[in-house]
Amino acid sequence: MDFAFSEEQEMLRRTARDFLAKESPSSFVRKVMETEDAYDPDLWKKVAAQGWTALGIPEHYGGFGSFLDLVVVLEETGRYLVPGPFFETMAMAVPALLEAGTDAQKKEVLPLIARGEARATVAFTEPTGRWDAEGVALAAQRAGEGWKLDGTKLFVPGAGVADYLVVAARTRGAGEDGITLFLVKGRPAGMTVKPLSTMDMTHRWYEVKFEGVTLPADALMGEPDKGWTPLKRALDAATAGLCAEMVGGAAQVMEASVEYAKTRQQFGKPIGIYQAVSHKLADMLLEVESARSVTYYAAWAVDADAPDRPVAASIAKAYTSDAYRNIAGNGIQVHGGIGFTWEHDMHLYFKRAKASEVTLGDATYHRELVAQSLDL
Amino acid sequence: MDFELSPTEKAFRDEVRTWLKANAPTEAEEPESAGQRGGAPGEGLRPAGAEGGPPPLKEWIDKRRAWQKKLHEAGYVGIGWPKEYGGRGATLMEQLIFNQETIAARAPQPINVIGLGMGGPVVITHGTDEQKRRYLEPLLSADEIWCQGFSEPNAGSDLSALRTRAEDRGDHYVVNGQKVWTTLAHVAKWCLLLAREKPADNPRAGLTYLLVDMESPGIEVRPLVQITGDAEFNEIFFTDVKVPKSQILGEAGEGWAVAMTTLLHERGTLGMALATQAQVTIGEVAEHARKLGRGGERLARQRIAQHHIEARALQLNGYRAITKIMKDGIPGPEGSLMKMMWSELNQRMTETAIDLMGPFGQVRDGGSWQYSFLRSRANTIEAGTSEVLRNIIAERVLGLPRSR
Ligand SMILES: Cc1cc2nc3c(=O)[nH]c(=O)nc-3n(C[C@H](O)[C@H](O)[C@H](O)COP(=O)(O)OP(=O)(O)OC[C@H]3O[C@@H](n4cnc5c(N)ncnc54)[C@H](O)[C@@H]3O)c2cc1C
Repeated sequence: MDFAFSEEQEMLRRTARDFLAKESPSSFVRKVMETEDAYDPDLWKKVAAQGWTALGIPEHYGGFGSFLDLVVVLEETGRYLVPGPFFETMAMAVPALLEAGTDAQKKEVLPLIARGEARATVAFTEPTGRWDAEGVALAAQRAGEGWKLDGTKLFVPGAGVADYLVVAARTRGAGEDGITLFLVKGRPAGMTVKPLSTMDMTHRWYEVKFEGVTLPADALMGEPDKGWTPLKRALDAATAGLCAEMVGGAAQVMEASVEYAKTRQQFGKPIGIYQAVSHKLADMLLEVESARSVTYYAAWAVDADAPDRPVAASIAKAYTSDAYRNIAGNGIQVHGGIGFTWEHDMHLYFKRAKASEVTLGDATYHRELVAQSLDL
Repeated sequence: MDFELSPTEKAFRDEVRTWLKANAPTEAEEPESAGQRGGAPGEGLRPAGAEGGPPPLKEWIDKRRAWQKKLHEAGYVGIGWPKEYGGRGATLMEQLIFNQETIAARAPQPINVIGLGMGGPVVITHGTDEQKRRYLEPLLSADEIWCQGFSEPNAGSDLSALRTRAEDRGDHYVVNGQKVWTTLAHVAKWCLLLAREKPADNPRAGLTYLLVDMESPGIEVRPLVQITGDAEFNEIFFTDVKVPKSQILGEAGEGWAVAMTTLLHERGTLGMALATQAQVTIGEVAEHARKLGRGGERLARQRIAQHHIEARALQLNGYRAITKIMKDGIPGPEGSLMKMMWSELNQRMTETAIDLMGPFGQVRDGGSWQYSFLRSRANTIEAGTSEVLRNIIAERVLGLPRSR
């Protein structure tokens, strides 16, 4: 047994941290988050030059490195609150393409993503806000050789700057049967993309409307009606990736809070001497380390295609959602008044934690999936 | 990353599994505690030996002793100890496998928990060759049971406040004082005693670590009944007890360092075993809910799933810690983190189990949950309280200023 990252992966982590400390400091994040799409094309080019947009893409599609390598980088992008659709492209769309895409689709899109020339996302949730198969209602019907889509996708991350969209649609029935996936390129007629005003400004969500959008036959991903299985597998990967981002953010909050508790003095002593403070920080450590453990395991299970991959992802998301929210809340508390200001970074993490919590299913949703795995 | 066992590890696992299947007593033959038995409706917990309570502790202890002997003869006691001291020289992974197999098979633990977890490792680290020859073998075979005489009425979390005196009388010490909460003292042959030899400005200086023969004249052991009705722990009174100097562990006056080794082992090796234990407990809680037909309730599902998630996190924390120890060689403070995490999780799990029974949880021992629920309250006190462990984590891992 070896439950640790390799030497190379640890090196990648250090490189990523150094790079992002320089390229994505909070002053940069704050500037980009005020823009329409919270996206900076220059940073994307630099990230691609680091090779990170190739991670997790097989070599014959122009990529290199494993999903686990990607997870190492995601932990650091989460730590630095890197704006833009890196997570959406690499941890949502790439797994969806790998699981469901035709060879032609993979050959077209993956090399572009790997080279940093395209961004992508998955359009899955709808106004019901559900993360299960029942939630997919957007109608797709055969129209001649191709398809016609009608309906609304909501809370779609990164859609404003995505060149490709993987769309989950309903072709029959309800539930897991009858879900069909499509690869939508660019902005076909009838498709509108509107940014939502979100509490977490570092990451943009969108409403994507389909009004009689016609797609060619080759937009179909895999088999009609059988899209849920590959989509769920892609979502497991996305969940593990999101947890990695959350772990990075939580670790950053903990480290900043510990530093502050060592230096901030009240009653003539550093506040970290008071147990009401230090025990909170000890609990943060417990939660960060446990979140790391469940997240790394989920990432491994996805990478190794272990049989417990879906439940591993649910365990990770349930634990990490609660942990990040607690830690970010206590991070503000430990900082006192300064932690409540716009100027201090704590609120950026607090908001990101809350947004991540409800992305890909909250803790309650995933606990229910875990309960099902226990045959309760 | 890799979670596979090597071929030798797999072979070891299969060997242990087969042996346990053929030899381990069942839970019914040998419950986890003397107080733990499924009672008839209306039958609550009673002190062991009392009317209506379980049979006296002695009977239970004899069975446990016999079980350790059997384990020992098969070469399964002290498996992590070096071969030269009667161990098996097993790797950390093999120890982990062995723990997992015994716990999964619901096999009882050996009786000599304190000897195996602390006494042996301390003798191996600090003992003379003479001491190693004398003590280790009967410790492994359960011919001699050990206890740990650290806590006193006025020295609990603050161990260095202890007042039991060890007076130097040339070739021997004379011990006077009182210890309390001493688990197994009533059946122990040897006591790991921390006593004050010289008063010093620094309370951690001047302590001497002695191995005391519990059959010495001047020792009186009084059992203390716990909230479960069991009497696992005791008070010990020492009145002019003679302890030969050959019984010092480490250097005279340097007992604090030896005591710290003891506690490191207590918390270090405990972590992984507890993580495995939590896996079994959550499995039992889920089974309990299914049997009671309450698995379909939304709130019960959420609670049980959350316990499962935390138990899994605990286990995976252990795997990361083991990987780190195998790479760097030294156990870190992860043991404290895992002990703290387990103890609080165990309280929540056993409470859920009781809650699932509604009022029945009060009036009868629904398959031992009442015992587990009550016993779990000690988990956040024994082997370092949760508060003390949080202090340790804050100070030694996070580097925060010392609160004391
Ligand atoms: C079942 C059981 C078995 C035991 N077996 C043994 C044994 O075999 N041998 C042995 O030597 N001892 C044994 N103990 C004793 C155990 O180690 C002590 O109970 C423990 O160290 C706490 O000491 P105390 O009981 O004096 O409580 P105290 O130290 O008085 O603590 C009371 C409360 O104050 C808190 N507190 C104390 N100091 C601090 C601080 N600095 N910061 C924050 N909070 C603090 C504690 O966390 C606790 O909540 C056993 C205890 C139990 C329950």
